[in-house]
Amino acid sequence: MSNPQTFQIQEISAHPGPVPGAGTQRAEEVCKYIDVTTCIGCKACEVACVEWNDHPFRETTFDDTYQTMPSTEWNYWNLIKFAEDARDGNLMWLMRKDQCMHCEDPGCLRACPADGAIIKYENGIVDFQQDNCIGCGYCISGCPFDIPKFNEKTKKVYKCTLCSDRVGQGLEPACIKACPTGCLHFGTKSDMVQIAGLRAKQLREVSGFADAGVYDPPSIKGTHVIYTLHDINHPERYGLPKNPVIPASYTYWKWTAKPIGLLMAGLGLLAVFFHRVSVGPKLPQPEEPPLVSEHADPVEAKRKELP
Amino acid sequence: MSTSVERFDERARLRAERVGRDVVHRGELLRHPVYTRVLHWLVAIAFVLALLSGFAIYSPWLFHWLTPLFGGGPRTRLLHPWFGLVFDVAFVFQFLNWLVPMAWTGADTRWLKRIRRYTTNEDKIEPAEVGFFNGGQKVYFWAIVLSGVLFLLTGLLMWFDHVVPAWIVAVSYVVHDLAALLMLAGFIIHIYEGTAAMPGTFRAMTDGTVTEKWAWTHHPAWFRAVTGRDARAAYEREQRRQAERARTVEAWEREQDAHENTADERVP
Ligand code: SF4
Ligand code: SF4
Repeated sequence: MSNPQTFQIQEISAHPGPVPGAGTQRAEEVCKYIDVTTCIGCKACEVACVEWNDHPFRETTFDDTYQTMPSTEWNYWNLIKFAEDARDGNLMWLMRKDQCMHCEDPGCLRACPADGAIIKYENGIVDFQQDNCIGCGYCISGCPFDIPKFNEKTKKVYKCTLCSDRVGQGLEPACIKACPTGCLHFGTKSDMVQIAGLRAKQLREVSGFADAGVYDPPSIKGTHVIYTLHDINHPERYGLPKNPVIPASYTYWKWTAKPIGLLMAGLGLLAVFFHRVSVGPKLPQPEEPPLVSEHADPVEAKRKELP
Repeated sequence: MSTSVERFDERARLRAERVGRDVVHRGELLRHPVYTRVLHWLVAIAFVLALLSGFAIYSPWLFHWLTPLFGGGPRTRLLHPWFGLVFDVAFVFQFLNWLVPMAWTGADTRWLKRIRRYTTNEDKIEPAEVGFFNGGQKVYFWAIVLSGVLFLLTGLLMWFDHVVPAWIVAVSYVVHDLAALLMLAGFIIHIYEGTAAMPGTFRAMTDGTVTEKWAWTHHPAWFRAVTGRDARAAYEREQRRQAERARTVEAWEREQDAHENTADERVP
């Protein structure tokens, strides 16, 4: 959770009306660039994350890998994922730092029904505001990267903030500061895309990784965490979706069909009201007192005269 | 319908009857016994709670003012499935209770065909074949059965979203909403028909009784089944009785007027 005062807000989950202060000032989009080819799996970033965010070290499950735990958790936002892969008949160890991708089109924000529970800043950081979170968990199913995690105790959802508190003060995220090999970089999106592209080119031309490339998936308009991968054609080997998409239920259903449904319910209420006013009630028959004779009712008489 | 269920249903009904009471006055018929009424209101209360908390989850940006009723957003979210569960459980009992009278018949299909005449109040009294429940009521009942099942299935999937794959949760969310919209439409019509649209109906769910007049107007075949009299004949008889009474009252009033006039003349 960040202090929304620190940045320019760009989008607010489920918020009616304009976003306060939108477009008042140009802000650079920030980006974290992860070069998986130089990651040594030391987990310094994991520790830095836990320390900076003041999370206690949590219990974990050993699952026969070098991974600290099977997946990120509500109070463990940064996890090096270890995958064993084959290359040229040899073992290749893929180590990828897993955390929130700070998507340009965030599925979590699209899915969230609560006003202000998820905020996306002008600089690209997607941050949860736990004060406004109702704990419905929709964000969990809206995220293509399985990032938001539910806390059973507080009944709210948490994830990586890209150290929005540090970034707001002009510092780099804690993980970047801790990385000993320099495989983590932080800067503006355009700078990071350029460096990542250069590194991919180097991998292709010098290091013999013909398929090296940059992971910045266009299906969600890019992310504010990008990777260079040895093999861009198979991101799933690193546990990354090839074509991350937000479930259609959160794009079409939520913002078109849902309001239409409510509108129809509203019209239904009006309809029954006007039915009562115009057609009138069905009274037990014969009515008491007896109906006035039809001739005494001018409207009824007129209706009878009509062809 | 298996006999054990019927026996259970019968026992529950009898037990309810021992605690509660059905008082039927002259000119009235018993429509809903204690057991049915208690179930109806259990279902109704749970439904309204689920609906209100559901609104707050469906579109918090519109209905967040409902969340304080349940102690804030997270608690609303926490309670909603429980309201739903109570609704479903109570409705299972009502389902068993009403399975027999809610069976679909040819009369109901014909009822649906003339729904336009029904909504425009074209007929004074319903056709003779309309029984304890009409086609519309049966449609609502079966719609609740359908939604109840959908609510439960998708609700459980969303309740245990940490073990269910994300895409299933995303689909469940839409299906749950659709079921809710179906329920909402039925609910609006149900309340309207039970109150403002048909005076004399609401008491069937409070006191349990309706007037005979109400019965032959809205459910002629049921009227016939419980009284042994023909609905249209009863209606026409009542019409004649009313006309006769009106004539008597008129004659009495004329007599009184004449009496008062002569009295006036005598005053100097
Ligand atoms: S990775 Fe998931 S949690 Fe992070 S911004 Fe994207 S959708 Fe949201
Ligand atoms: S659980 Fe996720 S989707 Fe639900 S209110 Fe909280 S942040 Fe929004």
